[in-house]
Amino acid sequence: MSSYYHYLREIVRNALLTMLENKRRTLLTTLGIVIGVSAVIIINGIGAGAQGLIVGQVKKLGSNLLGVLPGKSESNGPPATAMGISITTLTYEDAMAVKDKRNVPNVIGVVPYSRGSATVSWRGVQTEASLSGCSVDYIAVEGGEVETGRFFSEIEDRDLARVAVLGSAVKSEIFGDNDPIGQNIKIKNQTFEVIGVMTERGQVAFQNYDEYVFLPINTMQHLIAGVRYIGLMRVKIDDEKNTEAAINDIILTLRERHDITDKTGASDDFSVRSAAQALDIITSITDALRYFLAGMAALSLLVGGIGIMNIMLIRVAQRTREIGLRKAVGATNNDIKLHFLVESIMITLVGGVIGIIIGETVSWLIAIVAQYLGYDWPFTILPLTILLAVGVSMAVGLLFGLYPAVKASKLSPMEALRYE
Amino acid sequence: MSKQQLANKPLIEVRDLIKDYGEGELITKVLFGVSFQVFQGDFVAIMGPSGSGKSTLMHILGFLDKATGGQYLFEGHNVTGLDDDALAIMRNQRIGFVFQSFNLLPRTTVLENVMLPLVYARNKKVDAVKAATAVLESVGLGHRLDYYTNQISGGEKQRVAIARALVNQPAVIFADEPTGNLDSKSGIQIMRILQDLNEQGNTIILVTHETSTGEHAKRIIRIKDGKLESDKPVAKRRLAKNEDTLAK
Repeated sequence: MSSYYHYLREIVRNALLTMLENKRRTLLTTLGIVIGVSAVIIINGIGAGAQGLIVGQVKKLGSNLLGVLPGKSESNGPPATAMGISITTLTYEDAMAVKDKRNVPNVIGVVPYSRGSATVSWRGVQTEASLSGCSVDYIAVEGGEVETGRFFSEIEDRDLARVAVLGSAVKSEIFGDNDPIGQNIKIKNQTFEVIGVMTERGQVAFQNYDEYVFLPINTMQHLIAGVRYIGLMRVKIDDEKNTEAAINDIILTLRERHDITDKTGASDDFSVRSAAQALDIITSITDALRYFLAGMAALSLLVGGIGIMNIMLIRVAQRTREIGLRKAVGATNNDIKLHFLVESIMITLVGGVIGIIIGETVSWLIAIVAQYLGYDWPFTILPLTILLAVGVSMAVGLLFGLYPAVKASKLSPMEALRYE
Repeated sequence: MSKQQLANKPLIEVRDLIKDYGEGELITKVLFGVSFQVFQGDFVAIMGPSGSGKSTLMHILGFLDKATGGQYLFEGHNVTGLDDDALAIMRNQRIGFVFQSFNLLPRTTVLENVMLPLVYARNKKVDAVKAATAVLESVGLGHRLDYYTNQISGGEKQRVAIARALVNQPAVIFADEPTGNLDSKSGIQIMRILQDLNEQGNTIILVTHETSTGEHAKRIIRIKDGKLESDKPVAKRRLAKNEDTLAK
């Protein structure tokens, strides 16, 4: 009666027994695999988490948003303003021209921004706040909500009214539980009336909107910043699928206003971006980073594999007499090969499993910390990652265990039995 | 009835067996054309001083090594050119070995050691346990089945080895200096078991350099310098059941 089950079970059991007999050495041997696998998993976890965070932030903003930045930039590179350079080529009037449906038919709203920071005080309470000069369209474009009071009107913007709408964090910092509506606050030694408080919104595209004080943009430009230009405008269009048409319309409108005749775009003093485009760039950057780091981690698997080969060669030498005996009672070359291959695969499998546990635990801790810090950092255990880690570690065992196993299987039984 | 009548064909027949090691200038000849026959039910002692080639002869007969010249017929078949896998199957199915140094597996029980040949034969576990238990009982170790091999005495270890050699019901049992690592009292027990097994019809080939041990066999083949020196029946056979200790 033939039974492979008993045979295979005995081979696995025998490998387990030898591993348990040398527990410490087995663990040391697997260290390379443990480090390699956990590194790959942690890197992937961080990559996926960061990507999820960024994509989540940008999506919150809305995928039918376009950004118009002053200064030309390569469509795939960072905008010039990101380097801290002020470029003065965009104006409030440009924004109003983009808002004109005759110029850009798909437009729903446009917000020009002029930003800065200043000390804000009320009855001796002071805080450093970010000022965001924007237009009435802010609510329609960015999707904020007014909690109490109201947002400023177009007329107030035009008339340089000294009115302010507070982000929820600024409100609680200055006013605590007091009702701020109708109160006068000081911004750069000028008195502003608080007319509204925004609903708490949290992080959107890495900006904490709750820490802003919103002012009419004309007030901001003329009374506080003393500038004519705007830092950025955001354009909301009716549908994501009209992105290309809208971008084209915006470019044509601005070129006309700026007297740019060059149709290649090389002379543009502004750039138009879509959120979808930004997502693609971010994803491709983080993906490249992930693959690179995962490749580095894979190198440590290679080093781990060489360690496994070394140890297995030592084991073959130590168990030469045992190999001779097994052959004497009828083990074929393939039986011996299987013995050692199963052992090396099981060693690397143990390393892989420990690596997975460490890697996922660390990834989870990172996610916990990031979430505690207020980031929307997702943590997911991907079955594919686990499968891949298990597969790769077993493959390392197979690959690097093969040579020692073949060496063992080729021992002459007679010489192996005589080995001292 | 004579042995020849019991089985008209020899179980083992070697003709001009030659074995040399190495190549070219460095060639070392170990066996120079050895010929003899062993029949079913025989108990042969292969004797000779160390370096005579007796161990090499046993390794070739036991399929652990290959001859470089001559012919080897086993159970009537020419087995001279068999490959590694075929040799492994022969060792597994037709041969049982008992070694001087026992060669039991560490960290394994007595029962598991005896089951080992049946594992490689892909036997079902129930069948293997049954067969191994039966042979262990026959060598008086029925009470040691679950002992680990480091928990039993030298004599018991060699009895486990004999049980392992018997478990696949081999055609021949090779015993290579089976009493060499044992005290004289344990040694005589082992010789008695071998003689009993021979009485039950098992063919045994014993390799030893001790004349007193060899005289427990029915026939002694003497090897010297790689050649057959003599092949004679034992004139005054020793019977282990009448002895207390193994004379050395």
